[in-house]
Amino acid sequence: MTGFFEALLQYGFLQKALVGGLLASIGCGIMGSYVVVKRIGFLAGGISHAVLGGMGIALFYGLSPLGGALGAALVAALLIGWISLRWKEREDTLIGALWAVGMAIGIIFISKTPGYNVNLMSYLFGNILMVPQKDIWLMALMDAVVLITVMLFYHQFLAVSFDEEFARLRGVPVTLFYLLLLCMVAVTVVLLIQVVGLILVIALLTLPAAIAAQYLHSLGRMMLMASILGMLFTTLGLGIAYSADLPAGATIILVAGAAYLLSTMTNQIFRRQQHSLKVSQ
Amino acid sequence: MILDRISLEVEEGEFLGVVGPNAGGKSTLLKLVLGLLVPLSGSVQVLGREPGAVSRQVGYVPQYPSFSRDFPITVQAAVLMGRLGNSNWYGGYRKQDHEVVQQAMLETEVADLAQRQLSTLSGGQLQRVLVARALACEPRILILDEPTSNIDMRVETDIFDLLKILNQRMTIIVVSHDVGFISRYVDRVACLNRTLICHHTSSIDGKVINELYGSDVHMVEHVHS
Repeated sequence: MTGFFEALLQYGFLQKALVGGLLASIGCGIMGSYVVVKRIGFLAGGISHAVLGGMGIALFYGLSPLGGALGAALVAALLIGWISLRWKEREDTLIGALWAVGMAIGIIFISKTPGYNVNLMSYLFGNILMVPQKDIWLMALMDAVVLITVMLFYHQFLAVSFDEEFARLRGVPVTLFYLLLLCMVAVTVVLLIQVVGLILVIALLTLPAAIAAQYLHSLGRMMLMASILGMLFTTLGLGIAYSADLPAGATIILVAGAAYLLSTMTNQIFRRQQHSLKVSQ
Repeated sequence: MILDRISLEVEEGEFLGVVGPNAGGKSTLLKLVLGLLVPLSGSVQVLGREPGAVSRQVGYVPQYPSFSRDFPITVQAAVLMGRLGNSNWYGGYRKQDHEVVQQAMLETEVADLAQRQLSTLSGGQLQRVLVARALACEPRILILDEPTSNIDMRVETDIFDLLKILNQRMTIIVVSHDVGFISRYVDRVACLNRTLICHHTSSIDGKVINELYGSDVHMVEHVHS
């Protein structure tokens, strides 16, 4: 690990990778908390996979893949939100279909893209070590959008996540805020794709928030802790990946997965002890 | 068809009980009044207007909480939701909102649970919190759907005693399956089984209940003083 920190001082690409990871953690902590408490992990998975379609189309027409990803993520979020509001009972089938169709479109467009063969693997599994400077700025911008939106509408998002029916009766435009919430999830997904790729996004979106939910009982605090955990996981994962010459995205996910497993087990043992204490009293 | 040619008028300040068998249309009637459903034919007016237009002046206590019990939220934050729509459309709640919420929590005796997690409450405590949330709306009409179906008898009496006090300043409509119990509290009972018949509480006897449920129901005769 010390080797990693020495290298960090030396190499610009590592610094950029670290900054990218930290920026992504902010979004993942905030929106991941909503995804966990509202239990819309499957919706978020659908959004993130459908993004490949947008990236493929953008590449084919020579546009920025990140712009294509953002566009596709927003379209997918609105479509999936509409499906889940309108056809609740067939939600899983329809989102599953959108999930796969999005990816299929992406692969067809990428295969037909003329010129050199783009590295499909880096979209699927992330390539944080190659992130360009302008993408770092874009990531900071996306974080700002998510942060400001959530600060402005914290109560509305909380109400929509907690009790849609009651919020509707209070005159809150539930459909609007639900779709806005999903759009913010979409922006976060694009942020995270830079770091871990679109297949692994869902783990980084949910695991830090799920760990935070085991200890904290307020959405705001969950967001803060999940962001900090995300930063920890990306930094640690990046360090291990550099030292052991492993793919960064996959290593970060393994670190997050191991932490979740450890936290769940500790939590269970702690609870069992508390329980047996109560029984013996 | 769930509700067939029914007509019901509720006076301001009335305490109306709605009873009837399962699937008799009680929840549907409430949803029409709340504006969550629109009738196929006929009309519903609340406070002289369309139900959706005045839903902010109606406090609603659902039968089953429409949220997951383990949502990370405190009692106070849940009751504050009652202020949505009255408060700013962005940013935080105002001081005045917190005062209304505090008052609602005192009235329903949940003020000392304010910082507790919703997931740690008992059934009776949760029901009180739901009533507090409805009161935080500062409603002119309070609507409760089976508010005591999951709690024990003693708490049931407590909640109806509270409703009786609240009735002094607002109209209350309460759905229940227990006509014998609520007739001690309400002014009038609407019996709903696809069609609707209204009775003043003093006129309810075994024959009425028999017609409504289609079978003999045990009931204790009692006289209002």
